[in-house]
Order: sequence, then structure tokens, then C-alpha cells
Amino acid sequence: MPEVLSLNALDARYGDFQALFGVDMTLAEGEVIAIIGANGAGKTTMLRSISGLLKNKPGQIVYRGRPIGGLRADVVAHLGIALVPEGRQLFPSLSVEENLLLGGKVGRPGPWSLEKVYDLFPILKERRRQASTSLSGGQQQMVAIGRALMANPDLVMFDEISLGLAPVVIKSIYDALPGIVGEGMTAMIVEQDILKALSVSSRVYCLQEGRVSLEARTEDVTHDQITQAYFGVVA
Amino acid sequence: MSARVTRSTRASRVGTVVAALALLVLAAAPWWAGRADMRLMGEIYLYLSLACLWNLMAGYAGLVSVGQQAFVGFGGYMLFALTIFGGLHPIAAILAAGLLAAMLSVPIATLIFRLKGAYFAIGTWVIAEVFRLSFAQIQALGGGSGSSLPVGVVKSLAASRSGREALSYWLALGAAVIVILSVYLFLRSRRGLALTAIRDSEVAASGLGIDIWRTKLEVYVVTSAFTAVIGGLIFSQKLRISPDAAFSVNDWTAFVIFIVVIGGIGTLEGPIIGTLVFFALRETLADFGTIYLMVLGLVAIVVMLKAPKGIWGLVRDRFDLELFPLSYRVRKRD
Repeated sequence: MPEVLSLNALDARYGDFQALFGVDMTLAEGEVIAIIGANGAGKTTMLRSISGLLKNKPGQIVYRGRPIGGLRADVVAHLGIALVPEGRQLFPSLSVEENLLLGGKVGRPGPWSLEKVYDLFPILKERRRQASTSLSGGQQQMVAIGRALMANPDLVMFDEISLGLAPVVIKSIYDALPGIVGEGMTAMIVEQDILKALSVSSRVYCLQEGRVSLEARTEDVTHDQITQAYFGVVA
Repeated sequence: MSARVTRSTRASRVGTVVAALALLVLAAAPWWAGRADMRLMGEIYLYLSLACLWNLMAGYAGLVSVGQQAFVGFGGYMLFALTIFGGLHPIAAILAAGLLAAMLSVPIATLIFRLKGAYFAIGTWVIAEVFRLSFAQIQALGGGSGSSLPVGVVKSLAASRSGREALSYWLALGAAVIVILSVYLFLRSRRGLALTAIRDSEVAASGLGIDIWRTKLEVYVVTSAFTAVIGGLIFSQKLRISPDAAFSVNDWTAFVIFIVVIGGIGTLEGPIIGTLVFFALRETLADFGTIYLMVLGLVAIVVMLKAPKGIWGLVRDRFDLELFPLSYRVRKRD
């Protein structure tokens, strides 16, 4: 499988504060990986770096052979990398459908259209004219996911999609994931809910204080390994 | 209970009809209004246009400029220069001023867009001062003391005084209608959608591939061009121009900001309400000299403290009204 994305000794900083220290990672075509780690481990920083919201040295992030670490977020989006941001970040002044349409603004060809998003999440079709803020948290998360898919990305990154949602809603969103990655999309799932993340991914990376503390195939990983990598102590 | 979703509301439909009727009555003003009233109304339309443009730029694109007087004055001076030296018809000169302002605004934007927030505001003001000082150096246009529009140019607008007054009244009214409609249609378009998205969340918008810099540049160029056209119209009424009048931060920016802020920034209705309030205050308090400016300041402070979203923001929150239907809403079916 060809490599879609690689992080090469990625250092990321906010001013004087360094959040990531030499993170190495690879992602192959069609692969789904899980990124786990405690609060402040650097997961969101990593996604912000990849999507261009945080500037880095160009060669530290390579996408399909092209260094993208120094590119602006809107340029990265046009290359086919989409982020479902933490906290959803919908546009409150716009309707559900307008939010989705903006996702398609990059105009990349591919299987995803307004219709397919509505097939995936039928409730959004019913609510399409409503203000995005009038929806429940789970429905808002569906809009955020649909909006990212509308760009027909090659690589989609989900940041904490289960945060603040009821278990039954989380389940319905995770049930929809196979339908998404089944389209040949490469995905990176950042989660606090470790079991959920492991259930849909083939490999897992654990971050701890800005460094990779574990890299393993999900079927091989043990509970103790995760505890060790997550907290940095032996249980 | 069933519901349907719609953009328009009864208020917005009634508003459209009322606006169309009002427009007809206003367009007929040369037949029913006196000379002074017409001049005042013309001034109201031009201020309304300036306010709508500043509102688009500051309220939607987040470009809080205090230097748009640069383009008002530039438009005015181009009217004088192009008619006197270029031999253009005044209306052609005013349109050309808009085009020239659009071209000029691009290099200015590349310069000042590097600045953020308060620094951006100061930068725009500095640019406007540079404009004022530069035009004061041009001796052919009267230097620091300014010049008047030659009689021949004035006569080319219309032969009689009443014809001229009617024409400049209609031009002002037409400009206001075009500005309001353009802003409204722009906000409803796909580009307007992107602009609203940027206002809501720059991070999410850029993550979707929206080029924030270019979108803001487009807004800046278009508002600057329109502002210069309005400037040309303003000085075609005044018939006299000087650097201090043309690039006055008080007249063309402070009052405009006052109008937008008390009316409701980031709404289409705000500038309209604000313009009416501003002129009501000005006409009732004009005889009291500086007290008038103190009252304006007081009103601005009270509105900002008590109703930070402006008068229209207050009305909209309380009555759920929207005269220009931009957002969708759910209605109960009868």
C-alpha cells in the first residue's frame, strides 16, 4: 500500500511552549489508525499541524510525497485533507445545508455529495433548513462529519467525535464510520474513548507528553501496554 | 403540529412591499419635496450607503477600518480631476473613480492586511492621512485650500438648477438602492456564505479550503470602489473640495461608525436604523453646536453598554424580526 501521510520528527510549538517532540508516524492508503492519549498529550496539536492550522517545517509533514508542513490550512484542504474539528466548529449563522455546502467548496471530485451525506445521516435531510445550532449535539457532530466528507478528502481526521455525547449517540456515529471509510478513505481517529477507537482501527498510536509512547497493531495490543503508554506507569 | 421551513417571514414580505412603495414615493420627491428637504434626503442616502459598505467590511469581513475617508476623498478628487483635466462627463468620472479606487485598493490591502486588530485600524487611518497630505500637494487641484467645480462641468449635469438638484437626488437614491441590494445579494450568494462562515469561525472556514485572505481582499476592493463612487457623488453635490473636507475622519468615518454601531453591526437593517437615528439627532440638535457632538457620544456609549448588538439587535432578539431574509427559520403551519 502506498504511503499517504508521514510525520518525520514533527516538532510543534505554540510560541515558547513545545507541544510535540519528534513525532514519527506513517499512514498507508485506506488505513484507519487510532490516536489515543491523555489530555494535553498533543493529539489535537498534531491534527492542527497536519491540517495547516499550525505552521511547521515543510519536510516534517509529507503528504503523498509532497512536503506540506508550511502550507496554509485552505491549501491543505484543497490537497484532500479534511478535519472534523474538536467541538465541531459549525457556523452558527448558517443552516445545516449551508454548512454542508461550504464543505464542498474545495470542489474535489469524488463519491460524496449532499445526497450521499443525507443517505448516511437521514436526520440531517429533515433538518437541512434549520440553524445548525438548533440541533442536538449528536446531530451537530453529524453535520461536522458530513461537512468534512463533502470535500471528498483522501484523508479525514476525526478529533474527539464522541466528546460530550450520550453513549447511544456515540454508537450511532461509530456505526456510520464503516460506511465512510469503506469508500477507500484513509482516516485518523483521535479519541479519549480508547475501546471505541480501537474497535474501528487497524493500528494505534499513543501519545504521551508530546511523544509517541506506543505504536502497535490493534489486534496485538494488550491492556497493560496501553496503560503503560497512556499514563507512563506500570499498572 | 406540522412545520415548514422558510427564509422569508411575514415581516420580511410586508417589508418588501412597504419598501417598494416607499421607494416609489421617494423617487417622486422632486415633485413633492422642497429644495432643502431634497438636499437633506440626498445626504441621508449617501450616508446610508457609506454605512452599509462599512458594515459589510467591518461587520461581516471583520476589517475594522477607520480610514475609509481615504476612498471618499479619493472619489471626490477624481471627480474634479477627471472632469477638469480629462474632460469626462461628471457621471462617467464618478464611475471611473470607482474603478481607479478598486485598482488602488489592491496594493493598499497587501500592505495593511499584514496588520491585525487595532494595528489594522491605525494602519488604515495612516493611509488616509497619506492621501490627504498627497492631495494637498497637488497645486493644479488647489493644493491645501482646494478648488471648486467649474461652471461648465456643473452645467453639463443639467442645464437648470432644479434639473441638477433632481438629478443629484436621484443619483444618491439610486446609489443607496444599488449598495443595499448588492450587499444583500452578495450575502445570499455562495461567496457571501463563505464570508459569513469566516465571521463565525475563521479556523473552521480555512479548514474547509476557504481562502480567508482572498475573501477579505475581495470585500475590501469592492467596498473601497463603491465608497469612492459615493465620495464622487458627495462632492458633486458640494461642488467644492478641499483636502480637509475630502479626507475628514469625523465626517466620513466617525459618523459612519456611529451609525453602524448604534443601528446594529453585522446586520443589514442596522445601518438603516442607525442612519435614521443619526439624522434625527443631527436635525434636532444642530443648533446647539458642540452639545450635539456630546449627545452623539453619549448615545453611542449608552447603546454600546446597554445594547451591544445595536438597536436592531435589540429589536431582533425581542421580536424575532428580520426585514432582509438571510437566515432560515422554522414556522408552525396554521
